[in-house]
Amino acid sequence: MENLIALLIAAPLLGAVVLLLGGRRLDAVGHWVGTLLSTASFVVGLVLFAGLLGKDAEHRTWTQHLWSWIPVGDFQADVTLRLDQLSMTFVLLITGVGSLIHLYSIGYMEHDERRRRFFGYLNLFLAAMLLLVLADNYLLLYVGWEGVGLASYLLIGFWQHKPSAATAAKKAFLVNRVGDVGLSIAIMLMFTTFGTFAFGPVLEHAGDASEGRLTAIGLMLLLAACGKSAQVPLQSWLGDAMEGPTPVSALIHAATMVTAGVYLIVRSAAIFNGAPDAQLVVTVVGGVTLLFGAIVGCAKDDIKKALAGSTMSQIGYMVLAAGLGPIGYVFAIMHLVTHGFFKAGLFLGAGSVMHGMNDEVDMRKYGGLRKYMPITFVTFGLGYLAIIGFPGLSGFFSKDKIIEAAFAKGGAEGWILGGVALLGAAITAFYMTRVMLMTFFGEPRWKNQPTKSPEAPSAEPAAEHQGAHGEPHPHESPRTMTIPMIVLAVGSVAGGAFFDVGDRFLHWLEPVTGHSEGHSPLSALTVTGATMVCLVLGVGLAWAQYGRKPVPAHAPRGSVLTRAARRDLYQDDFNHVVLVRGGEHLTRSLVYVDHTLVDGVVNGSAAGFGGLSGRLRRVQNGFARSYAVSMFGGAALLVAATLLMRAV
Amino acid sequence: MNPVNYLYLAALLFTIGATGVLIRRNAIVVFMCVELMLNACNLAFVTFSRMHGNLDGQIIAFFTMVVAAAEVVVGLAIIVSLFRTRHSASVDDASLMKL
Repeated sequence: MENLIALLIAAPLLGAVVLLLGGRRLDAVGHWVGTLLSTASFVVGLVLFAGLLGKDAEHRTWTQHLWSWIPVGDFQADVTLRLDQLSMTFVLLITGVGSLIHLYSIGYMEHDERRRRFFGYLNLFLAAMLLLVLADNYLLLYVGWEGVGLASYLLIGFWQHKPSAATAAKKAFLVNRVGDVGLSIAIMLMFTTFGTFAFGPVLEHAGDASEGRLTAIGLMLLLAACGKSAQVPLQSWLGDAMEGPTPVSALIHAATMVTAGVYLIVRSAAIFNGAPDAQLVVTVVGGVTLLFGAIVGCAKDDIKKALAGSTMSQIGYMVLAAGLGPIGYVFAIMHLVTHGFFKAGLFLGAGSVMHGMNDEVDMRKYGGLRKYMPITFVTFGLGYLAIIGFPGLSGFFSKDKIIEAAFAKGGAEGWILGGVALLGAAITAFYMTRVMLMTFFGEPRWKNQPTKSPEAPSAEPAAEHQGAHGEPHPHESPRTMTIPMIVLAVGSVAGGAFFDVGDRFLHWLEPVTGHSEGHSPLSALTVTGATMVCLVLGVGLAWAQYGRKPVPAHAPRGSVLTRAARRDLYQDDFNHVVLVRGGEHLTRSLVYVDHTLVDGVVNGSAAGFGGLSGRLRRVQNGFARSYAVSMFGGAALLVAATLLMRAV
Repeated sequence: MNPVNYLYLAALLFTIGATGVLIRRNAIVVFMCVELMLNACNLAFVTFSRMHGNLDGQIIAFFTMVVAAAEVVVGLAIIVSLFRTRHSASVDDASLMKL
């Protein structure tokens, strides 16, 4: 049974190799090959899952040693895969949701002539992510980590003919590199501290290391997680990553990529448990990001960017929970899984809307779409109810647990974190209701709008352009797209209850992550009640603003906060001023030092020797007699010196 | 006679030779002055040999003569061919190696 683990990665990897090297003759079948291989991986995952379930909770860790990778003295890096409850959960999420997204892409990318390549990249993404969660040591995890970065770069920039997409891909890659530096430093610290970086020994002996060491490792791991999971301060790539095709957004936000950071923190639980300072920083990062993403999500008119803000915020919840220690690990992963369902569903729904609206992303040009896209409306609506935490749906169970755990942290920290989480729940309800109302309710704002173009009222090309597209004709998407949406909607509805009943998820994950009940100053019922109040407040506010009165087709100027949120709370301006300008100044001063000091020493000594030899050259005047004089002079000097020495 | 006087003579001859080498332009004369210096050295060797009562200096003098003879053969050949090509025996004219 253990020998099947490698097959999980091998299937999508094979797909990537075949599709990317196979050339055009695979164009006709490429998408099916990719989808089949990803589904095959899911099936293998199910078989392994059944196998794990058949064992005791204590014996649910399987490892498969493939080969010795770098055996050098004390430095032993093996390619070993490890399947336990935590990686099993991720495997099922990645391959399950990933396969649904593959299926969806068949319809979504139908008219793209590079569809085969797209599926190759998707398979590569899955393979890298699976390697990341199945690795048995941090070095192998790093390989998967980098593979995910590469695949995301390729997919975000898939429409590379658009300069904005190419830039977004580069941005995502570069911001991720900053996080990767953190991970590599963490691995080096682990090696100097523990002499190994395999999960088993490192996590077992984590308690023996000094707290300072553990804090340093923890903070570096957090930096890595911030990069991949788009947490403050490395969050800026996520919004721009929406330049990629919508299935890619769904894949990045639900099943792969952004979940990697949460996985890393939960996997390294033993290290964080020994470093309370690092844990505190983790919760702060989670809390800040939670509000940051939510505020940004409130102001965006681009449906995908609003959802991107929401992802950032939800991942913030998970990081917050992971920073709470053993009271939060399980709930972080539980929210991750339920979020995987409803966020994938929401993104696929958004893609379906765009598909029917000539790729329009501005929600101010939607409206009243529920009549035209009933299936999209229902599935998106269920995802919406799940993410805001409507009672009984999956988000309700997982988010509620995190809020409870935040309060249970105890002390002032607990109150602050709990308050932030509650506030986040209210804002989540607000912006998701806003998305829902602007897209599916109200008056259609897409009718008759193309004729007026404020920039060029009489320009000929503009009219032609409009003629080519014309007024959008919203229609339901093909079946390959609606089926995944339906499946995900079912998951969003039932997932939470399924996990929560009898604490199934808790019992499943507890042996890996550990769990302890916190002592909450508030009863569970009070927290649930408060969450409900926040939910109603958020929905009510959104309805008052976007449901009761018509949505203006052009964005109003808005308050200071709205304008700031539209610009992603000035994240790019901040990065530009502090990092880009700062970097430029640093390089300029380094260039100056190089020119004056380093070049000065080199050029100065060269010039000195040049001048000296120019003068010495005069001595060689070509007259034999003058050479003879110098010879005699030298000989006379030698004789004189000899005599002098003898005299002394 | 006091052998030191021979040394004075040798020093005098050497100085005359050296001066000639430095101030004369004609290659033949310079050459003769070199010979003068060599023979001044020979005289000094022989004198020391006499003063110390062994034959080492005399043997060195023979060696010097042999070397001087060989040098004369080569040197005169060079001077003759130089004169043939440049129609001058002045050492200052032979300054082709100057930078």
